[in-house]
Amino acid sequence: MTQSLAVTVLGHDRPGIIADVTGVLAELGGNLEDSSMTLLRGHFAWTLVVAVDAAPGDVAERLARLTAEGLVVSVLPVPDESQAAVAGALWVLSVHGADRPGIVSGLTGVLAAAGGNITDLTTRLGSGLYVLVAEVALPQGTDLDALGARIRAAAERLGVRATFAPADTDVL
Amino acid sequence: MPPLPEGRVLPVVTAPAEVLATPCVEVDPTDPAVGQLAADLLVTQRVSPGCVGLAANQVGVGWRVFSLDVSSHPKTRTTHGEYVLVNARVESSSRIEKSREGCMSVPDFTGDVKRASRLVVVGLLPVTGAEVRLETDAFEARALQHELDHLDGFVFLDRVAGAHAVFPRQTYL
Repeated sequence: MTQSLAVTVLGHDRPGIIADVTGVLAELGGNLEDSSMTLLRGHFAWTLVVAVDAAPGDVAERLARLTAEGLVVSVLPVPDESQAAVAGALWVLSVHGADRPGIVSGLTGVLAAAGGNITDLTTRLGSGLYVLVAEVALPQGTDLDALGARIRAAAERLGVRATFAPADTDVL
Repeated sequence: MPPLPEGRVLPVVTAPAEVLATPCVEVDPTDPAVGQLAADLLVTQRVSPGCVGLAANQVGVGWRVFSLDVSSHPKTRTTHGEYVLVNARVESSSRIEKSREGCMSVPDFTGDVKRASRLVVVGLLPVTGAEVRLETDAFEARALQHELDHLDGFVFLDRVAGAHAVFPRQTYL
């Protein structure tokens, strides 16, 4: 029976990792659904969801060659998710400032306390400059003035700059 | 542009620096110190590879003054050449477009920012204080808004279009 599996592949980057992983999944008849790959401080990092008629253990076994070369691979079943956890207005939180521990937890904690659900997140560390950009869905009825004030207060405590603005809707 | 004194190359401040997050104050364009700053901004901009504009607070001065020259950039359509404006403000803007930006004060990153691609800016020339009204588009409009943002205490990171709109900088240009 076809099921959705979440596959993560992490580790030393080299040409051909995606071709190798998708080659195995294709041999199993898997249908690649959503995926997101990036380099995190030079490390290959890929998360994907595949619909495949194979057990997680069998898929992991077929990907064992990658594990043998030092990549960390996980294969786990995931339930189908058709509904967003929070349906609401989409906002963008941009934060930048001197690097220090606690920036992400401090700011995202404020969003979580307001019931905001982060739908996309990027953090980057440059030479002394830390950058966080989060897209967050806010529940209907969120007190935006109060949330903005709490974000500014958290940013001030952390010594960073935060901007919170509605995400522009793409007009097609 | 009126004749300016000889400019000096100044060090460019990088984020996080308080002067970049602080709104700049209006100044008298006929003040000789403003003329000197205008010359310094232009010289610093000219010697900086890929630099098309510099705001005063990028060289550590909290005044509403910036330099600009997009004439050699491939995305430029209209250009007014090399100039410095004092106490400039946006008169009107329209036609929002998203495009990639970089900044000498944020040297490790670039970002996609939505800005108006049609713009009218009014400002004063240094030394004479003459008012000028620039009607422009495309890359010059973007660069003007980027510099005016600096003067209000914002960098492009405050304006990025979303979580997938910040990138490690690959090359300077």
